[in-house]
Amino acid sequence: MKKIFWVFCSITTMSLLLSCSKTVNDRTADTGPLLPADADADAGTWKTILLNAPDEIALNAPAPNTTPDYRAEINEIKGWQANLSAADKKIVAYWSAGAVLRWNEIMRELVAKHNLPPYQNEDGTYPVPSAVNPLAYPQFPFANPPYAARAYAYISGAQYDALVAAWHYKQLYGRKAPYTVDSSLQVFGQKTLLPSYPSTEGVIIGAAVEMFKLMFPGDQDYIQQKAEEHKRAAIISGANVRSDVDAGIALGKAVAQKFVSRARVDGTGSAGGNATIWSGLETSTVDKGEMPWYSLELPKRPPMLPLFGKVKPFLFDSATVVALRPGPPPSAYSDVMKKDAEEVLNIVKNASREQLAIVHLWADGAGTVTPPGHWNTIAAEDFIKKNYSEVRWARNMALLNMTMMDAAIVCWETKYYYFNPRPTQMNPAIKTLTGIPNFPAYISGHATFSSAAAVILGHMLPEREQAYEKMAKEASMSRLYGGIHYRTDCEAGYETGAKIGLKAVARAVTDGAE
Amino acid sequence: MTKYFFRIMICLTAIIPCTKGHAQTDADAIMTNKNQLCNGFLYNYSSWDHYWEGGLKRNNLNLGTVSTQSVMYMANYGITNNLNLIAGLPYVWTKASDGTLAGMKGIQDISAFLKWRFFNHKTGNNSIAVYTVGGFSTPLSNYTPDYQPLSIGLGSTNLTAKAMLDYRYKNFTITGSAAYTWRSNLTIDRDAYYEDNQIHFTDKAEMPDVTNLQLRAGYRSKYLVAEGILNQMTTHGGGDITRNNMPFPSNRMNATSAGVFVKYTIPAFTHLELVGMANYTLDGRNAGQSTSYGGGIFYIFYLSKKSNPAYK
Repeated sequence: MKKIFWVFCSITTMSLLLSCSKTVNDRTADTGPLLPADADADAGTWKTILLNAPDEIALNAPAPNTTPDYRAEINEIKGWQANLSAADKKIVAYWSAGAVLRWNEIMRELVAKHNLPPYQNEDGTYPVPSAVNPLAYPQFPFANPPYAARAYAYISGAQYDALVAAWHYKQLYGRKAPYTVDSSLQVFGQKTLLPSYPSTEGVIIGAAVEMFKLMFPGDQDYIQQKAEEHKRAAIISGANVRSDVDAGIALGKAVAQKFVSRARVDGTGSAGGNATIWSGLETSTVDKGEMPWYSLELPKRPPMLPLFGKVKPFLFDSATVVALRPGPPPSAYSDVMKKDAEEVLNIVKNASREQLAIVHLWADGAGTVTPPGHWNTIAAEDFIKKNYSEVRWARNMALLNMTMMDAAIVCWETKYYYFNPRPTQMNPAIKTLTGIPNFPAYISGHATFSSAAAVILGHMLPEREQAYEKMAKEASMSRLYGGIHYRTDCEAGYETGAKIGLKAVARAVTDGAE
Repeated sequence: MTKYFFRIMICLTAIIPCTKGHAQTDADAIMTNKNQLCNGFLYNYSSWDHYWEGGLKRNNLNLGTVSTQSVMYMANYGITNNLNLIAGLPYVWTKASDGTLAGMKGIQDISAFLKWRFFNHKTGNNSIAVYTVGGFSTPLSNYTPDYQPLSIGLGSTNLTAKAMLDYRYKNFTITGSAAYTWRSNLTIDRDAYYEDNQIHFTDKAEMPDVTNLQLRAGYRSKYLVAEGILNQMTTHGGGDITRNNMPFPSNRMNATSAGVFVKYTIPAFTHLELVGMANYTLDGRNAGQSTSYGGGIFYIFYLSKKSNPAYK
């Protein structure tokens, strides 16, 4: 008897002790300082996205390093470094992992925070978030997948263009980095021979802050706090004096203005449509002899961003969007479609635990970073291992995110062109293993996003090409396993996404970075 | 003896789940006598159509009524008159009456508790007893906890320690207990999640610990037990469900509930015991306002002649 007790006691006490340390860390929390394998010194010549030339935004020459002002700036760094608090050390360690990485994570965090469909009004209609009054319910934005794809693209794109401009000016003015001027400075990060004016961190902060004002206007307190922290970390790090950072921020903001101006007129503002457009989609589908999609939410919610297909893409023009649209899905009245729906029913009814895990891994539904965000996560964690320079980080993120924004545009154009029902609308017996997105089925957004992302990422990291392809296929099929897409949606989405990915590859091979 | 006592104390600083379904025998001040093995099945039906999203009470047309049913095999063995070993294993299935989400089903968490009455004093019509309960539960199947509110459980491995004080005057009793449950972290199928106002780029989730306070009072005789119960569950950490979002397993789930519990041993056939219970959630946070009913039938083996009350 005693023995049994002892065994029981030992097991429970031990588990108890184990359970004491429960702290969970992010996978990237302990990422060490970014030490670029290649400084990409020539990045000032890389092809920009919106800037006509890297010097389109003028930047004054810095004061010479011999001035008293400059000495004062060096002394400021020394002052910081002499009295580093634990909090400052933490901030420096956090930001030194990579400026583009950290702002990318912040961007994903804000998407997840805002990716929530508004609750209905008393009368069964739905309120629309207002950019003018972003903190009132429903908060602006509703960061659904197309919105998120676009936000990721603009923020990444602005950071990239700003960095190309920064690299141009770094070489033009050749101001030596503080640690080169004064070798007694500590450096948290890598010493490169790259000039420090304007600051790399500064342009990234400036571009981010300016873009976030547009994309997440209600989160300014958080953004400004992050920006202040980052600026402080940049100075403490010994790689920039204050005037480097300030010039960088000003340049980053000015470059971002070009992206803001474009975003204001890219068509997203009117992509939500109105009651006339919503009912027009239904009647025109009926007129074509097809079964129109309807919302499976209660109360019925207007379709998500029906005019997002008309938003201006980054990698090609709107005529190409139409040209990329795949042929029609099987008619909802056809036997083929009935069979397809039956397949969905069989799959969800017999889903294995492995399939359920796949459904949930890739669901990326409400309250998450969305599928484009998921691919940012995948990319970021791979890029960390590559030790890219910040400008290459930004270039790769921009390419990835422009690809996925354009994938959203093509996918949404297709969805609303065919406006076909989800499997559960065809057969209400199909109970789903994840939420049914509130827009038509054909083609699968997940499939389109994922294969587009896999193609461009596979181009950047050839050694991971097959892994990305496998993930993209799994992401596509997860929608069938979850009961929310027919197989044809996934397959057609996958093929279409790959075509969009190739457009990005075509840009990648000519932008001067390869 | 002191050494023995000390060891048991260590071991009882462990155990009990606050999950759906069970809780009667580890929660009450009733002991199974030495060499009795009471075992049987308990069915429970729990449902809600309103829930608290953070502090906001609401319904959800896309869920309708969410119901959880379970059948639990339970066994309670009297190691001594003052020390019981209780084990349970439920099969659980869930359903949403509206909307499109599929319910889940499967074997949930196996649990084991040791209940020890280490102090028992009687003077005339009054008696007082002190209990300590230690328990452990862990998922026995690989169900997914991150599909709330339709998951069949919360997925963590739990250790619970409980102290219980019981006072009895003739056949009238009042029992108070306090329990603390340590919950292990969770691994979910997703690669990241947003909870408690921040993103977490990890598939691990911290499960905050939980306390349960319970007060029960009623009538207890040889064949009949009837008690009213007040229960308060408090989760020490975790975030609220954000507006119109789905719940997450590590949410700060609180609930105050009231219920009744009845147990009847058939006098003519003391091998058979019937149990009935009902419970209603009065107030909560990140939890459903559930109403639940349960009933069970238990068969008692008297493994020694002396252990049969009919023998006495």
